[in-house]
Amino acid sequence: MTAVITGIGVCAPNGLGTEEFWKRTLDGTNAIGPIARFDASSYPVRLAGEISGFDPAAHLPGRLLPQTDRMTQFALTATDWAMEDAGAGAGTEGFDPFDRGVVTASSAGGFEFGQRELEALWSRGPEHVSVYQSFAWFYAVNTGQISIRRNMRGPTGVIVTEQAGGLDVLGQARRHVRRGTGMVVSGGMESPLSPWAVAAQIPSGRLSRRTDPDRAYQPFDERASGHVIGEGGAILIVEDADKARERGAAQVYGEIAGYCATFDPPQATGRGPRLEAAVSGALADAGIRADEVDVVFADAAGVPDLDRAEATALAAVFGPRGVPVTAPKTMTGRLSSGGAPLDVAAALLSIRDGIIPPTVNVTREAFRHELDLVREPRQGAVSTALIVARGYGGFNAALVVRSVA
Amino acid sequence: MSEFSIDDLKRILRKAAGEDETTSLDGDILDLSFQDLGYDSLARMEAVSLTEREYGISLSEEEMDAITTPGEFMAFVNGRISAAA
Repeated sequence: MTAVITGIGVCAPNGLGTEEFWKRTLDGTNAIGPIARFDASSYPVRLAGEISGFDPAAHLPGRLLPQTDRMTQFALTATDWAMEDAGAGAGTEGFDPFDRGVVTASSAGGFEFGQRELEALWSRGPEHVSVYQSFAWFYAVNTGQISIRRNMRGPTGVIVTEQAGGLDVLGQARRHVRRGTGMVVSGGMESPLSPWAVAAQIPSGRLSRRTDPDRAYQPFDERASGHVIGEGGAILIVEDADKARERGAAQVYGEIAGYCATFDPPQATGRGPRLEAAVSGALADAGIRADEVDVVFADAAGVPDLDRAEATALAAVFGPRGVPVTAPKTMTGRLSSGGAPLDVAAALLSIRDGIIPPTVNVTREAFRHELDLVREPRQGAVSTALIVARGYGGFNAALVVRSVA
Repeated sequence: MSEFSIDDLKRILRKAAGEDETTSLDGDILDLSFQDLGYDSLARMEAVSLTEREYGISLSEEEMDAITTPGEFMAFVNGRISAAA
């Protein structure tokens, strides 16, 4: 059985909707800017990739607004767009609900909602805490709300492996399809930009403290200083290829051809990271050689040691400068579990349009002998793409998507 | 203490759980069930919590479980308000 992706829904700092995101990504428009959601002047981190101009009431029923965090509002809206894109309509009938599942990635959960209710608890008392706090903050809430809204009652789940989770869910969606589920809504959405959420991310030590939006997140650059956080992500519709054809799917963006996840051993063991094993594992799973890959969407941590580990791993698998490597997330910041699905969306659009989007803000390449870093949009046929993601805590994942003949 | 009117209840329901395009609170809703109006058990719990805070009364879960319509809800809350007066 072949798992294919038939629909894309995007909520990203550089675009609401797939085409707006893709146009600005190819333009190289940097969406990183000063945090506007709250007064961050006392924070050591001042920048983020924020989504502006999103009005949840314009996209969702009023009944859902009091019970949803911003990340869930993004997820439900992007699901609607992805389903529409897949030609699967807006309805909740006319299909077997148990033939459709939902698997999303999460990392922060509904942080802003939770912060608001904690404020109510401590400033006004327990009777002022919303009953919806019982689930609105929870990691699995996007999966649950999508499942309810779209009447999808097949296999569901959530994977919490930080940035890597955005690929792990697609591996899981493929498993469900192989076991017979017709359609799985997948991907990830985040919005960890409330005062508490930002504070919770600073101790990782991986966030850039620079204030120039063009100089804060420079992966693979000699001056790399960490990364910038952001909100948003992508929702992807994964289907069994035969059932998608029978249903009359609007298009097939590509096939989930290979996937592999690995976990880094503790540093004290001295055994080194397992990123290379994830990349070669994904190629082996797809049954392809390294020279059959047309582009790599890098994890691009922006932390010098992590950049070196990734450059070394990619050079080991593909040979020095052996494959074009890009990191369009330099325009959005790293979106936790939403980042990798957005990279997968960009990879599928690269296949569709025959163009590789650029990495921005890198001017002094630190790994020019290892990486062929794409810094301007690059035209040319793309039929196979590899996406790499590393999650804080030792998670590695790699995914291969391929055009379908 | 003022009386708890149907408009008070509608205001609290909207604040607690929003309003659906499909199930409007306009018109005569006194004898419709909360379920039919699209307010599930969590939405009712939130509405009860808001009512308790605003009117300084206490409603137990057991008491609220027996209440299925806006009319019953209003009657119960008004009874509690006059008892406390």
